[in-house]
Amino acid sequence: MKNRLKVLRAERDWTQAQLAERLEVSRQTVNAIEKGKFDPSLPLAFKAARLFDMPIEEIFQGE
Amino acid sequence: MSNTNPASGGWHANVRRQTVRLAYWTLAWVVTMAIATFGPQFVWSQGSALTPIAIAINLLIGFGMIWANKEHLRSLDEMQQRIQLEAMGIALGVGLVVGLAYSNLDISNLISADAEISYLVIVVALTYLASVFIGTRKYR
Repeated sequence: MKNRLKVLRAERDWTQAQLAERLEVSRQTVNAIEKGKFDPSLPLAFKAARLFDMPIEEIFQGE
Repeated sequence: MSNTNPASGGWHANVRRQTVRLAYWTLAWVVTMAIATFGPQFVWSQGSALTPIAIAINLLIGFGMIWANKEHLRSLDEMQQRIQLEAMGIALGVGLVVGLAYSNLDISNLISADAEISYLVIVVALTYLASVFIGTRKYR
């Protein structure tokens, strides 16, 4: 699954650690999601959507 | 998803707290295991009532360690939980397959020494550690 997490994070000038803190996951998990190595669960994807105040499909796209 | 108590100072603080708690329970279990194992040999006599008491205490602390491990796993995020799940699945499988094969080698006298449970514990522990290491690298 593709995602725009890295771009959205960069736009806000957040580090991976800062995003991880906001999403209540580890920095390693944020890194794995950004690299497409780990697909988040639906609750975590919704949490990211709420955090960035965007529809979920604008952050995560199926390949 | 993650299991966070909002009043506890955030997810990361909760993970740290659960990890430290697990470390204390594990240390207590190792110490009581050493007492139960070496006490009858070096500290008190073999037939002493202290031996079953030491074993019972070790057993109780062991259950505490299992509970602490469960709480620690619940505190992790979903990727960390997946890494742990895969590692525990592989360690359980290897323990079962290698353990029974090792037992068969002993029963059929293909090995000279008696099968020792401690060897199996070492195999399971090393398999678990290697699996966590590989799993962590996979998502890096």
